[in-house]
Amino acid sequence: MKLKEILREVNVPAQCRKYGLSLWQCPQFLFLIMGLIVIVSSLIAYAIGTRYIEDPLLVAFWVLLIAVVLFVISVIITKSFERLAEANRMKSEFISIVSHQLRSPLSNLKWALELLMSGRINSVSEKQVEYFKILKENSNRMMELIKDLLIVSRIETAQLPIKKIEFSLEDLVKDLIREFSLLARASNVTVEFEPQSDLPKIFADPSQIRLVIENFSDNAIRYIPTRQSPEADRPMAGGKEKGLVEIKIEKRNQNLYFEIKDNGVGIPKEDQKYIFQKFFRSENVLKYQTQGSGLGLYISKAIVERSGGKIGFKSQEGIGSTFWFTLPIK
Amino acid sequence: MKTILFIEDESALQKTFGEILGQEGYEMISALDGEIGLRLAKDKKPDLILLDLILPKKHGFDVLKGLKEDKETKEIPVIVLTNLERIEDVDRALELGATTYLVKAQYSLEEVIEKIKKALQER
Repeated sequence: MKLKEILREVNVPAQCRKYGLSLWQCPQFLFLIMGLIVIVSSLIAYAIGTRYIEDPLLVAFWVLLIAVVLFVISVIITKSFERLAEANRMKSEFISIVSHQLRSPLSNLKWALELLMSGRINSVSEKQVEYFKILKENSNRMMELIKDLLIVSRIETAQLPIKKIEFSLEDLVKDLIREFSLLARASNVTVEFEPQSDLPKIFADPSQIRLVIENFSDNAIRYIPTRQSPEADRPMAGGKEKGLVEIKIEKRNQNLYFEIKDNGVGIPKEDQKYIFQKFFRSENVLKYQTQGSGLGLYISKAIVERSGGKIGFKSQEGIGSTFWFTLPIK
Repeated sequence: MKTILFIEDESALQKTFGEILGQEGYEMISALDGEIGLRLAKDKKPDLILLDLILPKKHGFDVLKGLKEDKETKEIPVIVLTNLERIEDVDRALELGATTYLVKAQYSLEEVIEKIKKALQER
């Protein structure tokens, strides 16, 4: 083994990052802690032994026995943790490979469909267009799901690069509101945005912060069950006449604070603690919406925290939700 | 008539692009692997090359490198069309001399055609 390899083995935090685990779940770190416990216990055993046992040979034997037993236990524990961690890493890698493989046939499908829909080959009847749209929407959904899975696998294998670029959060939000205007109009939802004047720029990765705001906005608009909502297959009990989404950006100390408030279905109290978990979807939401992967908020939390910010929400069932995040200005 | 060489191992995409590029008034030449792609580029001297990255026999990066090292083909604009979206791959392709890098999942067919037209105009 070369010196470089040995150093890499000894570099515990780097090893733990490879698994994408916190320190206390990481086999290498646990092994280090176990080592410390073995040393301390041996010393204590020695101190007790010399006090109560007269024969020095017996003392030595007693210390050795305790050290060996503890060592064996620690090896067994860390080995099983290592296997778990490796399985976790392989799972993420597997997701990444499968997602890439799924993308090629999906692109083929998407473009062939677009060609058909464009009427370049044969003119298409209105009825056909309807069904083409269904095909297209569903292939888009699969694309989105694959994109989310790829991001998740990158988060879990700690391969999600976070670039620091100076940009205006306000401009990004304006841009996204334009993008969402169609969905908002179709769902009968008004989006209001009131930024503070003279907001400073922030240093973060704009493409990733964009993902966070996209997730927030998508949730805010989609989970307002207005009576005309196209997603609703029947008029909603308690459906609001009109949806309202309010977006705010403020400077708070050395951070920018972003908030998006809706008057949608809200999150039941018992579900609130799970909301940032992977694949979690509130039953409340499933009543109105079957689409969605349950990955958006998990991804958003990882991105905001890796960018040095905080994320959170408050919500009341039937009244609405407010999601927020902060990002450091410098 | 301008010719476009499409180096892509997915025959479904070859068919789709053959149809639409034909309608747009271009002649499309197909190559289903990297080696044939590089050879056809030298033989036919197309006006533009559409290049996938994960290809049999010769990886897209090697094809791109080969194209840019040969003085007969180095002036031909190359549009990379792939599903790899890591920043490292984008940077590498642009460093090797690709004109544009398009991730398949992010563009509609019409948008890709627009990019092709633009690259041909700028030539």
